[in-house]
Amino acid sequence: MNQPIASFVPLTTTLMDKHQESPGIFTLYLKLNTSAPFNFSFGQFNMLYLFGLGEVAISIMGWRNNLLLHTIRAVGRVTQPLVQLEPGQQLGLRGPFGYGWPLEQTKGKDIVFITAGLGCAPVVAAINHTVEHKQHYGRIVILQGVKHHNDLLWQTQYDHWQNTGNCQVLLAASEEYKHRYKWRLGMVTELLNFAEFDTENCAVLMCGPEIMMLAALKQLAKLHVADEAVYLSLERNFQCGQASCGHCQLGPFFVCKDGPVFHYPTVKPWFGLSGI
Amino acid sequence: MIKHFLARQHLDQLFSVLSNAGYQVVGPTVKDNAIVFTELSHVEQLPWGRQEIAKPGHYQLTDTSTNRCFAWNTGPQGLKPWLFKPEQPLWQAEQTEQGLCFRQASIEAHPIAVIGLRGCDLAALKLQDQHFLQGPYPDPYYQAQREQLFIIAVNCAQSAETCFCVSTGDGPEATHSFDLVLDELEEGYLMGCGSEQGQAIFQQLTLGPQVSKDQLHTAQKQLADASQQQRQMPDEDSLLKLTENLEHPQWQDVADRCLACGNCTLVCPTCFCSKQESTSDIKLQQAEQVRLWDSCFSEQHGYIAGKLFRPEIRHRYRQWLLHKLANWQQQYGRSGCVGCGRCISWCPVGIDLVAEAQILVKGTPHEPTDR
Ligand code: SF4
Ligand code: SF4
Repeated sequence: MNQPIASFVPLTTTLMDKHQESPGIFTLYLKLNTSAPFNFSFGQFNMLYLFGLGEVAISIMGWRNNLLLHTIRAVGRVTQPLVQLEPGQQLGLRGPFGYGWPLEQTKGKDIVFITAGLGCAPVVAAINHTVEHKQHYGRIVILQGVKHHNDLLWQTQYDHWQNTGNCQVLLAASEEYKHRYKWRLGMVTELLNFAEFDTENCAVLMCGPEIMMLAALKQLAKLHVADEAVYLSLERNFQCGQASCGHCQLGPFFVCKDGPVFHYPTVKPWFGLSGI
Repeated sequence: MIKHFLARQHLDQLFSVLSNAGYQVVGPTVKDNAIVFTELSHVEQLPWGRQEIAKPGHYQLTDTSTNRCFAWNTGPQGLKPWLFKPEQPLWQAEQTEQGLCFRQASIEAHPIAVIGLRGCDLAALKLQDQHFLQGPYPDPYYQAQREQLFIIAVNCAQSAETCFCVSTGDGPEATHSFDLVLDELEEGYLMGCGSEQGQAIFQQLTLGPQVSKDQLHTAQKQLADASQQQRQMPDEDSLLKLTENLEHPQWQDVADRCLACGNCTLVCPTCFCSKQESTSDIKLQQAEQVRLWDSCFSEQHGYIAGKLFRPEIRHRYRQWLLHKLANWQQQYGRSGCVGCGRCISWCPVGIDLVAEAQILVKGTPHEPTDR
């Protein structure tokens, strides 16, 4: 776990740039008001604070040119006004919190990323990392599902991963699809049948709606991928990020501290149950 | 432990010695027909001759035939609100010419000496210490007050109907975490020391005559009487197994009675859930982040944008009970219930945690349902 740059009291950050990814989805480029290094693992999250309105947990999308990237969907009480900030305006940040993706332990293996919806944000940085360090990993497979093909964020990223990154990129749209490129009609989990990877020496990194991850787990079991190969990122109500407020509990786990990325065998007894 | 005798008429000395040592005395008094811990200035404020009648959904004070001040067992709150405050400012934000600035809220702690805590309260304190101090992010507000806490515990001479501390291993005797400990007899107090700070206070009191065999015997007898309890929480291993029985029909049965009011979580001395609230002044210059007690019975507890993780009361009651009795063991090495019985008497519909747990541990396993 990386020591947070700010744990109890937020650190001032300045919005340097803002990029609209799709209707209602924005990437914020943040400059931290400190000279201290921001150490994080891909998959960790920060608490972003909007003056007077409160905090919201957002996973780290990346780090580029000394700026921290967060991709935010404007759906909540805090996120809606948050994405309306203009460059130059400031906000608070606590974090990073929790455990990220196991990018060290998975070296030497084929890596399969499975995501759906905006679920992609927490793994984008991890994908970039594996692509940039391709020599350490085997094949890289990226499976992404959306409702409509134009819901896909970072279209050019996928092109880049496929063409220059030499990854196998498979996309599924559940409600309509285009007869071109790599789109298929259906659920992201069905893409697993077309994915080319070594089922005995792979790591599967998943995030997105739990119902999608459950379906993917079933499909993976059919392909004889061991539970031990699977990691997933969970979302819960994070208010403190410090395993104190109690809101993010899942059975014995505090998702903010023990996750948000879990090794599937650890969380398996509690994952996907209704009302837990 | 060597016990010394403090005559009843010298109890006020304890107050003055503590206060001269810089402590604010906090102890039980009667308020709104309940035993409430508050700042005390003299011994007359203690609940002399008062006792509670506690039953499921029922709490009432009555007069006792004896003139004791610790003839009761619990009030709605123990030590929890003094360390984990119901409302705790965390930090302030200010829009200044230099930009947005944050500062930690001031830590307001002062030496307090709490008199009258029971075995269950001390067990709860240990659990709260674990939660707030022993994780990766020790809580500075809790810690500051915790370091300035002096504890005068009392061994229970009787049990309320709702007490079951014997079955959780937490009472009726106070065995740890205190500076001084008292047994209350008709004629006064047997006093033992549990720390150097306790010793320092103790030395300034007028003690004696020497404790008699009879007095020691009476104190033992009182503890034995207090150990006769009607309720028994199932053992921890059976409680842990509750996690394998998530679809037991009893969850629905109890949900049909539960109002999801959250009283049980508020009175429970080990519950630690909190939520944060943000406020700002009308000119949008100053803002504050405040931490408030929260309850897993609120629908919002498991809410994230667009999704309620525990939409039904059945899910929320199950969260409360399973967390308290089973998952707590995995998180903190023991059950989160210390047998105080508060949640039983302060539940408006008289739901009895022990009775529910007993039914649940007997249940037949059901397959969990996928969502
Ligand atoms: S669960 Fe009930 S009996 Fe147990 S410690 Fe909490 S309030 Fe007391
Ligand atoms: S069990 Fe009783 S006290 Fe607890 S939420 Fe339900 S009705 Fe309220």
